[in-house]
Amino acid sequence: MHLRHAHEKPVEAAPSWPDEIFSILQRFEVRQVAYVPDAGHSQLIERVLEAPLMRAVPLTTEEEGIALLAGAWAGGQRGVLLMQSSGVGNCINMLSLTQIFRFPFLTLVTMRGEWGEFNPWQVPMGSSTPGVLELSGIRVLRASDPGEVADVMEAAASQAYNACTPTALLLSQRLIGTKVFVK
Amino acid sequence: MSKANRLERRGVVSTLLAGRKDAIVVGGLGASTYDIAAAGDHDRNFYLWGGMGGAVMIGLGIALAQPRLPVVVITGDGEMLMGIGSLATVGLQKPGNLTIIVLDNEVYGETGGQASHTGTNVDLVGVAGACGISDARTIATMAEVEAFAPSMQDVSAGPRFVSIKIDSANLERVLASRDGSFIVTRIRGALGFGPI
Repeated sequence: MHLRHAHEKPVEAAPSWPDEIFSILQRFEVRQVAYVPDAGHSQLIERVLEAPLMRAVPLTTEEEGIALLAGAWAGGQRGVLLMQSSGVGNCINMLSLTQIFRFPFLTLVTMRGEWGEFNPWQVPMGSSTPGVLELSGIRVLRASDPGEVADVMEAAASQAYNACTPTALLLSQRLIGTKVFVK
Repeated sequence: MSKANRLERRGVVSTLLAGRKDAIVVGGLGASTYDIAAAGDHDRNFYLWGGMGGAVMIGLGIALAQPRLPVVVITGDGEMLMGIGSLATVGLQKPGNLTIIVLDNEVYGETGGQASHTGTNVDLVGVAGACGISDARTIATMAEVEAFAPSMQDVSAGPRFVSIKIDSANLERVLASRDGSFIVTRIRGALGFGPI
């Protein structure tokens, strides 16, 4: 046992599920990765930034990502959109493009406002996220346990890219861990 | 009402696209899509009938996927204002093959001619430059349009941003296809990509 200074954070092993998501994105030849950052996506974003065949595209608002991926598909590439549940609300009108162009759309949504949430402002959009997506014609899958992420992600990527079925994979707040505001 | 000495939009767009070669052209929701259709239907035309604010991002997605092809986004001031953040995203990615052209009549022509912000307080060229698109300019004459058009073929010197002040006359609509699957499948086919 070694001594830690009081200001150091406890050392936690990085979870393996973000790397599993990354491997599946690579295997499906995903080339454009659009995102508005979220803490729950940080490890995956780091992998993408290191990947020579992937183009990381930070956005100013999530709806930009829907249009970007429609263009990517027209140009012959697959993409994915990473966002937080609050960002789903920013996307609603632009989600029309998934039905209009019938392109292979996949988004990975880290959930807030559902599991031990501290911040009440996250709750309204987090609560309506699955409904908003379904009403917009997006199939919704969810992973809540670290051991199931790879399987659910494989299913999501397969139906999005092979069956051109617009799909959202919700990554539960329970999976990511509740954000700690006050220690 | 038209302001004096403004350019006529259809002449501007047909001049820009006359030597388009292999360029992919994205038209923003509204009159810009009619202008592109009026210049001649083309299997590399990406017409938008919705998704307001998305034209530049669609152009960016194509430009990143096809870095050797010129990609030209032609949209209006209202559509550009709705997607103004996409200029920041383009400024970060800096695709050399992307040209963004705003046909700026300072009004929302499709909905009755209500004033847009560009007639009073917003300088889109300034915004584009401040977002990192260093080749950002205003074009005011047809001679400048003619001189600029060939530069869109240079896929290494972009991104470029051009604001062209046009008159606000509402012209007869020239209707392009509004079948999104057809439009995208046709472009993919022209690039050698088949259906799934």
